[in-house]
Amino acid sequence: MTSSARGAVRHVLMILFSLLMMYPVIWWIGASLKSNAELSSPNIFPKSPLWRNYIDGWTAIPGHSFTDFYANTFLLEIGVLATTLIACTLVAFGFARLDFPLKNFWFSILMLTLMLPSQVLIIPQYAMFYQFGWVNTYLPFYVPHLLASGAGGTFFVFLLVQFIRGVPKELDEAAKMDGCSWFGIYRRVIMPLTKPAIVTVMIFCFLWNWDDFLGQLLYINSVDKYTIGLALKMFNDSESAQQWGQMLAMSLVSIIPATLVFAFAQKQLVEGVATTGIK
Amino acid sequence: MNLPQDAAAGRTGRSGAQTSLGAGSRKRSFLSRWDSPIAGYLFISPWLIGFLVLTLYPMLLSLYYSFTNYTLLSPIKWVGFNNYARIFTSDDKFVQSLKVTFEFVAASVPLKLIAALLVAMVLNKAVKGISAYRIAIYFPSLIGGSIAVSMLWRNIFGVDGFINKALGAFGIQGVGWVSDPRTALWTIILLTVWQFGSSMVIFLAGLKQIPKDLYEASSVDGASRFVQAIRITLPMLSPTIYFNLIMGIINAFQMFTSAYVITNGGPLNSTMVYAVYLYERAFNRYQMGYASALAWIMLIMIAVVAGAIALTSKYWVFYESESGRGRGR
Repeated sequence: MTSSARGAVRHVLMILFSLLMMYPVIWWIGASLKSNAELSSPNIFPKSPLWRNYIDGWTAIPGHSFTDFYANTFLLEIGVLATTLIACTLVAFGFARLDFPLKNFWFSILMLTLMLPSQVLIIPQYAMFYQFGWVNTYLPFYVPHLLASGAGGTFFVFLLVQFIRGVPKELDEAAKMDGCSWFGIYRRVIMPLTKPAIVTVMIFCFLWNWDDFLGQLLYINSVDKYTIGLALKMFNDSESAQQWGQMLAMSLVSIIPATLVFAFAQKQLVEGVATTGIK
Repeated sequence: MNLPQDAAAGRTGRSGAQTSLGAGSRKRSFLSRWDSPIAGYLFISPWLIGFLVLTLYPMLLSLYYSFTNYTLLSPIKWVGFNNYARIFTSDDKFVQSLKVTFEFVAASVPLKLIAALLVAMVLNKAVKGISAYRIAIYFPSLIGGSIAVSMLWRNIFGVDGFINKALGAFGIQGVGWVSDPRTALWTIILLTVWQFGSSMVIFLAGLKQIPKDLYEASSVDGASRFVQAIRITLPMLSPTIYFNLIMGIINAFQMFTSAYVITNGGPLNSTMVYAVYLYERAFNRYQMGYASALAWIMLIMIAVVAGAIALTSKYWVFYESESGRGRGR
């Protein structure tokens, strides 16, 4: 076989394979426009699309609409993103640039905690937050992230440390000569130069918290504080008049923010995974 | 991205900076005293406090709980090794969850790695249009862990679901994939393997770092593509395989959302993975002590499995000793 023919075969195989990978998603889009009766038909798209699934699904949970659940989810996300941004960059700067006793010891501890299964911490943390009266608030999300210990926090520190170490030290020295304090160097020199890594961290922080179902399940228990994930679960559990089309429509809507982030940051995201191994 | 080795290099500029510090007589906060250990500790203090208060202390607390009966509401009662004894002697569900978890890990991790590796090797050659393929292959990894996809899966593999209707078109009588104890776990394994995209991207990055001249030299010697894959690609990629394997195993042991949402451990505990069982004990029955013991057993189990793989790694993971070769840009 000539090399161009081999290339063509490879492309055909890859296109078929890509379609296979995307098939559940394509079916999902079609199914979100179907009635219960039509749902399991092998046709991908319905004969007459039921756009109402989106409108009815949006308000299907009595007393609340998905507008509320979106607002809650974004409230949670904004707090988590802001606290992660502040805490992780400060800590990473400390590890990457400052010298202090036991630095290597603490950094190895940080690396070790990356491997720690979260199950060991779930119960005692829940008991602690329960005693603080933090259950059914967003504090169990904000506070751990403010302490660089929320979902992914230590990994973000590690990632930022690796990146900051690549920034030339001469820049710090020059700023120091000009009378810049460490905090000034952090804020005026390192933070701007670390932007690509910070963007990667923010993307992953957003995506992981959007999908952190277990955390939301544990700590949020009143419907007016529900996130989208919890609202979907409630949708799923309500036995009365199960409207699959509406449910699939709303679950499809719930992945739009993640999809948009992916669409705009595809290159950054894929490179972030490739260079750091986070998923 | 740079590797940690250059950390020491920057420390040489020290003495020069010291003189400049004396020269500038403007008022400074103690933060600007670059040689002060206080500054370093201040910067890392968020994490340090987080580690002490939200990791170390809870771990000790969890160890303590594992020797008690604790329900959150009633007083804590010390019971010694009782929880552990019960887990190992009279807890059928524990045995079942171990079995299911090991089955899940043993099936999903290798399948995912093989899919990721094969596709990465194909994509590494097909350069044109790579970003489009990458999107199609990475997209499931992006959304796959969400509750939305778990619900989609439950629907697709239901008795009247899409899979059965499609099989019916070929005259094949399907089963209730999610409701049949023989197949339920496999629907979850399939969902997990479908998300091989992130491992694939890591493999792709690893493949890019293999020097091209190795392939050229072996071509001259008449090596076939298959021989090249076995003799060059796999050994050169072994550190990446090792990394993906360890991370894959650690993640697979903790799988929760899909088993919880799709089947909630059922039918007949056929998808009762360890994390779901632990959740059930802790947050449905509020047996915090018992669940803490389960958590410690899980921690030790993961450590043993990861440790065993680390021990074998010296036989199959090859790190290049030539300086600079195969290193990132």
